[in-house]
Amino acid sequence: MSEERVGVYICHCGTNIAGTVDVEDVARWAGEQPHVVVARDYKFMCSSLGQELIEKDIKEFGLTRVVVASCSPHMHEKTFRGACERAGLNPFLFEMANIREQDSWATNDRKAATQKAKALVKAAIERVIHHEPLDPLQVEINSSTLIVGGGIAGITAALELANAGYHVYLVEREPSIGGHMAQLDKTFPTLDCSACILTPKMVEVDQHPNITLLSYSEVEKVEGHLGDFTVTVRKKARHVIEDLCTGCGECERRCPKRVIDNSFEAGLGFRKAIYRPFPQAVPKYPVIDTDNCLWFQIGKCRVCERFCPTGAIDYEQQDELLEIKVGNIILATGYKLFDPRRIPQYGYGRLANVFTSLEFERMVNAAGPTGGRIVLRDGETEPKSVAIIHCVGSRDRNYNEYCSKVCCMYSLKFAHLVHERLPEAEVYNFYIDIRTPGKGYEEFYHRLLEEGTHFIRGRVAEVTDAARQPGEEGKLIVQVEDTLIGKQRRIPVDMVILSAGLEAQPDAREVAQKFGLGCDANGFFVERHPKLDPVATMTDGVFIAGTCQGPRDIPDTVAQGAAAAARIASLISQRVVQMEPVRAHIDEDLCSGCRICNDLCPYNAIVYHEDRQVSEVITALCQGCGACVAACPSGAITEAHFTDEQIMSEIEGILWDVRPQGAHEAALA
Amino acid sequence: MRYGYYPGCSLERNAIAYHQSAVAVAPQLGIELNEIDDWNCCGATEYSSIDLIPAYALIARNLALAEQQQDENGGQLVAPCSACFLNLSKADHYMAEAPDLAEKVNDALSAGGLHYDPGSIQVRHLLDVIVNDVGYDAIKAKVSKPLSGLRVAPYYGCLIVRPGYQAFDDPEYPTSLDKLMRVLGAEVVDYPLKTHCCGGHMTQISRPTALELIRRLLKNAADYEADAIVTVCPMCQLNLDAFQADVNRFFGTDFHIPVLYFTQLIGVALNISPVELGFGKEFVDARPALDKIGTGSPPTGRRRRSREKGLPMPTMSEEG
Repeated sequence: MSEERVGVYICHCGTNIAGTVDVEDVARWAGEQPHVVVARDYKFMCSSLGQELIEKDIKEFGLTRVVVASCSPHMHEKTFRGACERAGLNPFLFEMANIREQDSWATNDRKAATQKAKALVKAAIERVIHHEPLDPLQVEINSSTLIVGGGIAGITAALELANAGYHVYLVEREPSIGGHMAQLDKTFPTLDCSACILTPKMVEVDQHPNITLLSYSEVEKVEGHLGDFTVTVRKKARHVIEDLCTGCGECERRCPKRVIDNSFEAGLGFRKAIYRPFPQAVPKYPVIDTDNCLWFQIGKCRVCERFCPTGAIDYEQQDELLEIKVGNIILATGYKLFDPRRIPQYGYGRLANVFTSLEFERMVNAAGPTGGRIVLRDGETEPKSVAIIHCVGSRDRNYNEYCSKVCCMYSLKFAHLVHERLPEAEVYNFYIDIRTPGKGYEEFYHRLLEEGTHFIRGRVAEVTDAARQPGEEGKLIVQVEDTLIGKQRRIPVDMVILSAGLEAQPDAREVAQKFGLGCDANGFFVERHPKLDPVATMTDGVFIAGTCQGPRDIPDTVAQGAAAAARIASLISQRVVQMEPVRAHIDEDLCSGCRICNDLCPYNAIVYHEDRQVSEVITALCQGCGACVAACPSGAITEAHFTDEQIMSEIEGILWDVRPQGAHEAALA
Repeated sequence: MRYGYYPGCSLERNAIAYHQSAVAVAPQLGIELNEIDDWNCCGATEYSSIDLIPAYALIARNLALAEQQQDENGGQLVAPCSACFLNLSKADHYMAEAPDLAEKVNDALSAGGLHYDPGSIQVRHLLDVIVNDVGYDAIKAKVSKPLSGLRVAPYYGCLIVRPGYQAFDDPEYPTSLDKLMRVLGAEVVDYPLKTHCCGGHMTQISRPTALELIRRLLKNAADYEADAIVTVCPMCQLNLDAFQADVNRFFGTDFHIPVLYFTQLIGVALNISPVELGFGKEFVDARPALDKIGTGSPPTGRRRRSREKGLPMPTMSEEG
């Protein structure tokens, strides 16, 4: 160890670091530390000139260790490891000190910042001396991919990967793929028909030789790691034999049991107990809803069986568990609409003519329960006035603080559709702010202003049927403070549409846990980096796309689906990827076989050998979290690149100026 | 369950039916009410807007007494009157939040040899105690004469669920009284104005304004074909009951809706005699409404539309 030759490089990062830290002083001081052969400061260490400086020094001075004090290792650890490697030094003989995020950006006190920079540099020097050369792990990538969720994000990703020649398993919980987009009528701002642009893609998924579609199925268990996941999928019993069913729909027509369709028709229409959510459903096979089927509930009927021309009905069918092997996973599990029953003063569920946005989508849809007619809950009367209330459940501290991003645009779309279908009707939009960033979106807003929509700025206080003034009888009254004129207003209307926000799926946290992801405070999946890595997650090989990551519209969702597919295609085409060799290892001679580590491992990566009475870490499964290392009472577990010696030396280093009493104060004085 | 009882001035005079019914049902629900010894007026809704320190001192004197008599009340003070409840809660809340206010108030109290530590007494409304401490299930088990067929409009008033103090229900659209009435067997009508103002003392300041506020409340209940309005506040009861005839004269309307205390209806459901519950003191005769209970006339299914042609209504999650 005494012969180690360390090079230390202090980065200015323009003025990001040099503006607060006296980088020259730190470099001068570092040069005086034991083992340090050369210490320099430089404007941008990450530039090619900065990297060449390191490479040159390694060769000229025969450096055996390198320390760079600059930004977070998240940013540039890879860069500097590469520089070391090019100069023939094992990349793990490098250590990075973060004097930007953890120092210069955190204070304006130049003296303290300089002192802290020295502590961080000293820690890195002390640590790097104990580093050992390591070889990255090689992982072979299985070329199949699992995609969870068959909405537009999952469909896009599946088609991208399948067209690239890779196999895809697309798992969808509902009986058909299509997701929310299949429920919508028109899409903003171009007003093209949602189903018309979606169904060709659904058919393509159905017919693609590289896609295995597992509809009416859910992921039960996930094991393994990037390149080699084993996934257990529960294929729920449809009670229809897919190989025999031709999708003729005779069973649906004959089924005597009518059920309110709370899923596809958003509660506004009906379906049968054996059903396909909609005529263009993919796959075309129906399912029996056993909670409502007369045969399953009271043991009578079997009408569908009697009329099925191919004998495809099977009441005895059981759930199936399938085990599939994939290299990567995309979660595209979508969103749930905010339930406006949670805001009772808006009257949804109490007042018949208050509708949710999704109900209205179904109503204006030509294939929906009213055939596209805009009518009140009585099914006949056309409203003469319609109020559209924005931000229901969004931008509200009582519910969700965030903006749901799509509601302004779809509310404008609703206003346009009402004008189109009911030219005599008055349309009111109650908004807090109109948010229309996007290509052609602001133009659409202007179009609505010209179409004569009334825009009233203010958060609605309540929707009530308690008439107070003449003209309010029999109407729904929207009570609002018009903040542009500073007055309370009561607007009587026939119909109210609540533009409900987007929420994470109710089981998002469970799903996240299953796949080893994190959720933010609102239940949306957390991306690896909010700006630079929005579709990857902290778990290698697991990607996210669409509204499961946060509210977004269709174009953004499609872009993310394709992006996730591209990321995976790139991994697959590398065939083998390198992973950090930061893994735990058990010294069998020291292991007492106590098994404390076995249950502690969150990745089930530790096995116990009964015969030898010792535990062993399966390197391929280990994620290097270190929980077992800390817990082992015999000190038998070490983690590569995080040995006790390395950590202790780092701590000693960081405390260099406080070890002799008063040294810290003396240095600052 | 032991509580300090702060009846307030109203319950000694105009709202004596509230007092009588509360005292009659309490033991049956396992509630022991121990009246605070030597309590005084809470200052009603006006005093605190005139002179804050004496107003808070007036209120806090009751809290100080309750603190002194903790052995009898276990640190819990129940006010049946909504205004008393809010005043007591407010004084406690602001004294805890602003130590200088607490100091001034305690300075005033010290003249009478009293002192109040904010937070030491928990102020509760009687409705809160009944629905949350006794609980719906326990009440349901005790109902011997369900209020079947009686359509009630639950009127909370504007004081008991103000956000920030001791709100025990949704400030925008409370439902605890709805659930309680359903547990008693009554049919609860939707009452969108359930938290709107009854006018308070506006009847003494601007009659037309007050009568209009009262008219809205009566009309809404009438629109929903309620047999009675059930209330938790003496002020609300007084305005809606005593001024109903005035509203009818002023607007040419013809409302006859009895306005009853929720404790009276609990008492009826527990089969306590109407006299014990203070019935007969109301201006608008409650007898037609009371006659409905027990006559067993089946619910008429009013306001129900044919579902064949129409679109289905959204289902509400389990209620009450």
